[in-house]
Amino acid sequence: MLDRSEVLHVARLARLRLTDEEVERMSRELSKVLDHIEKISELDLEGVPPTSHVVDVPGGLRADEPRPCLSREEALASAPAVAEGGFEVPSPGL
Amino acid sequence: MTLLALTAAQAAEQVRAGELAPAELWEAYRERAAADELNAFLWVADEAPASPADDAPLAGVPFAAKDLFCVRGVPSQAASRILEDYRPPYTATVVEQIVAAGAPVLGKTNQDEFAMGSSNENSGFGPVLNPWDRSRVPGGSSGGSAAAVAAGLAPWAIGTDTGGSIRQPAALCGVVGLKPTYGACSRYGMIAFASSLDQAGPLTRDVTDAALLFSAMVGKDHCDSTSVAFPEAVRRPRAEDLRGIRLGVPEELTSEAEGLEPGVRENFEATLRLAEELGAEVEPTRLPHAAHGLSAYYLIAPAEASSNLARYDGVRYGLRVEADGDLVDMYSRTRAAGFGPEVKRRIMLGTYALSAGYYDAYYGRAQRVRTKIAEDFAGAFERFDFVVTPTSPTVAFPLGARTDDPLAMYLADYCTVPMPLAGIPAISIPNGLSEGLPTSFQIAGPAFSENRILDAAYALEQAIGFDGSVPR
Amino acid sequence: MSWEPVIGLEVHVQLSTRTKMFCGCELSFGDPPNVHTCSVCLGLPGSLPVANERAVQYALKIGLALECELAPRSIFHRKNYFYPDLSKGYQISQYDEPLCRGGRLGDVRIHRVHLEEDAAKLVHLGQSGRIHGSDRSVVDFNRGGTPLVEIVTEPDLRTPEDAREWLVLLRNTLRQLAVSDVNMEEGSLRCDANVSVRQAGTAELGTKTELKNMNSFRFVERGIRAEVERQVGLLESGQNVVQETLHFDPQGGTLTPLRSKEEAHDYRYFPEPDLVPVRVTEEMVAAARAELPELPAARAERYLELELSADTARRFAYRPDLGDYFERALAVAAAGDGADVSAQSLANWVAELASQLDDADPAESKVAPEALARLAGLVTGRGVTSAVAQQVLGRLVAEGGDPAAIVEAESLATIGGGGELEETVRAAIEANPDAAERVRAGKAEAIGPIVGYVMRETKGRADGGQVTRMVRERLGV
Ligand SMILES: [Zn+2]
Repeated sequence: MLDRSEVLHVARLARLRLTDEEVERMSRELSKVLDHIEKISELDLEGVPPTSHVVDVPGGLRADEPRPCLSREEALASAPAVAEGGFEVPSPGL
Repeated sequence: MTLLALTAAQAAEQVRAGELAPAELWEAYRERAAADELNAFLWVADEAPASPADDAPLAGVPFAAKDLFCVRGVPSQAASRILEDYRPPYTATVVEQIVAAGAPVLGKTNQDEFAMGSSNENSGFGPVLNPWDRSRVPGGSSGGSAAAVAAGLAPWAIGTDTGGSIRQPAALCGVVGLKPTYGACSRYGMIAFASSLDQAGPLTRDVTDAALLFSAMVGKDHCDSTSVAFPEAVRRPRAEDLRGIRLGVPEELTSEAEGLEPGVRENFEATLRLAEELGAEVEPTRLPHAAHGLSAYYLIAPAEASSNLARYDGVRYGLRVEADGDLVDMYSRTRAAGFGPEVKRRIMLGTYALSAGYYDAYYGRAQRVRTKIAEDFAGAFERFDFVVTPTSPTVAFPLGARTDDPLAMYLADYCTVPMPLAGIPAISIPNGLSEGLPTSFQIAGPAFSENRILDAAYALEQAIGFDGSVPR
Repeated sequence: MSWEPVIGLEVHVQLSTRTKMFCGCELSFGDPPNVHTCSVCLGLPGSLPVANERAVQYALKIGLALECELAPRSIFHRKNYFYPDLSKGYQISQYDEPLCRGGRLGDVRIHRVHLEEDAAKLVHLGQSGRIHGSDRSVVDFNRGGTPLVEIVTEPDLRTPEDAREWLVLLRNTLRQLAVSDVNMEEGSLRCDANVSVRQAGTAELGTKTELKNMNSFRFVERGIRAEVERQVGLLESGQNVVQETLHFDPQGGTLTPLRSKEEAHDYRYFPEPDLVPVRVTEEMVAAARAELPELPAARAERYLELELSADTARRFAYRPDLGDYFERALAVAAAGDGADVSAQSLANWVAELASQLDDADPAESKVAPEALARLAGLVTGRGVTSAVAQQVLGRLVAEGGDPAAIVEAESLATIGGGGELEETVRAAIEANPDAAERVRAGKAEAIGPIVGYVMRETKGRADGGQVTRMVRERLGV
């Protein structure tokens, strides 16, 4: 169902580095779960609208009024690496 | 040790009556929690809280919060190594409301990592043991909260339910667990698993405690646009019978359910008879799409989770693993090191279900199934006040029994998954023992019917007379 | 074989709300890094977005101004990808249910208008010591979460010049709506272009490329022109255009392909579960409509009714600064007791002023609208010649003042009939005997040098028509 190359593609999309053993396990376990899930393909769902929100409350908007921000110290408090007042990361190339 | 035998509501009454000092209550529970042998707590407060206001409804009775609730300055890690010792700069709305109502935070409880699991074995900080039998799981994902309440390590606790994560551990530990209507309690500050399903709720010793704690949790929060003002005051349940109540028993989740243990079935049927004795009408009904709930759930929840967990990238907080200065490599190593196997599995499943070419077949279809499940419930509620099922098809299973078979583990949620898909409330109450372990009864009602559900649960609870004291 | 460019634009506009799209952090420019952040825009665990009401209202104003259809219900989606300037691992945007669809501005159809959030700022640090020799950057989340409106056109533009002109029209329209600073240099207005070429006369579209980083109106035109030339070159040498994203380097005018990541296009969009659908009520639409100023299309219509030429009407409508200035001058002229200046001739003087100002806003020049109206009045009333009026305008641009006073002080008034002009005409014929002979022989056009002599002698103060009449009279033709 989900072969090795698909597992590797999905892992890349999800930014997960998997060991060879994990790739093999994922392929086996996810295939089994997907086989079970496949049952929903038998249902006739023609014309059934999708539910993305179970509550459809009107409004839900926020007034454009400022709220207090975190101090820079608070914002950076848990950062693994900090430089020049910001979150330091390896540069992403172009 | 009579103090520890009190329910939270009883303790609150004694505090208000001046018969019990909140500090004494705090110290008794703090000691219990600190001596926890079940691995139920990941953090226990050591500073005594301020005295509650005289009119505080929760009267200083401390509560335990599942680790995924953010509490300012306190480790809030969703039991994940990727958030090890993460201390947020803000507090979840639900926690703030409970604290404002007079209950201090006693500690943070263990859980399945990011609430993904039904046994608590997926915690990044080790499994929780079931107080009824320490070789067995407490259920999950709110296993620490359920075990702490069952073992008397906390008067009461809060957890979250996405596909059964309050009700199933409550069932396996013999306590009461309420999953409210989606939107009844703010999700702000609750570390997300699956946003369209997650709901906070109470885990308590009895139904009265559940109502009391729940009453402090509800409300529209301007920081959560999906939250809704609860349409009425949450009442203390007082019903003594079930006269005029119609209970629908969905065959898909009972007689036709796969893997329903005989002991669980017997206790369920006994509770139905008891309900009839209390005046309820009990009839079979059908929820034709409920059997597909698990499939829809295991597409929608992982899909949302794959996106919700994308923020754990080693940039702003949490773990970072970097080897050679390459950005993509840093992301992939960090996430590989920080997430446990089940979390990785669900991220993979969810990413796959949303990826190009599969969306319509998987995620899109699951959302349509969701519509059908909600319609099934709406149809049932035209004829019945409530739909009732066993909460868990099995009693607590041994540690390790299902860890190698994800699908078998997922089947633990069979009876609890359809309700969050429909956004409706459901309660789980203990209804007896099988092989010395608790079994449970689930009552689901229409959106915002919590008061009526609590009333029915209270009437049944009184009639059942379950003894929740854990054998020592 | 002739090639026709087909151009569509994707424009991102930062809205000038007080706070961010999904949190209460105030918008800021030029502040030190990471002082405008909160749990939401930093993507802290457990935080939730709540959409900014004013951002929705601004987007509705834009939708109305662009004559779009407004969706009564629209939803946000998550666009999933990993990048350090994205705090949650996804951008909240709109996908298949945007706030506005369809519409038109000028000759260009609008495909859609939707709301989203801006990314944070990533600043390159260069190589740093933390990991030896590796290239480092820092992220500043002050900008992260700023409300953005994305406006996507249909591929209706046909030349790089048109693309630039249309973008200016869009900028001016948005500026009038007061929903954004619309400044390309500061990044509050950003434009990407989709470019393809096809053989003129065919309907089928060629393979398109996407151009990014054109951060001025001039670069938009230059970038598109360079890309059109590149594509034509490829096709004429028998090669194919490859669908790709190109980065425009304004310095060298070159286009470099952005390294395509293999999964770059798998954004795994799905409905944002943390935000309820946006319901646009009649009241919200009415409120947005009530705030609309007069828009270019309506203004052009009004100018046509003033009998301005179609070109002028369009230009003044698209350049509201010129239109506003013209209207102020027109009001003065109409209220004044001077000559009856036609709207078109006054418009011509506004256009002349704009050209002397290098297209800057005339309201910010030294030339008051009253002064320009009076100058036009002097010309219409033949108090000064056009040539003199040009000189006076030059003086006004440089120093300001009153045109009549300048004419008076410099003795620039038109020289009427009478002896002075008579004498100059005589001298002019004497100085150009050959020309005079040819005019007598019937070559009317030979009169030029004689009239020119008079104009030179009078420093342009003589009326050309009158001089011609007098010369012909004296030569007996
Ligand atoms: Zn913010």
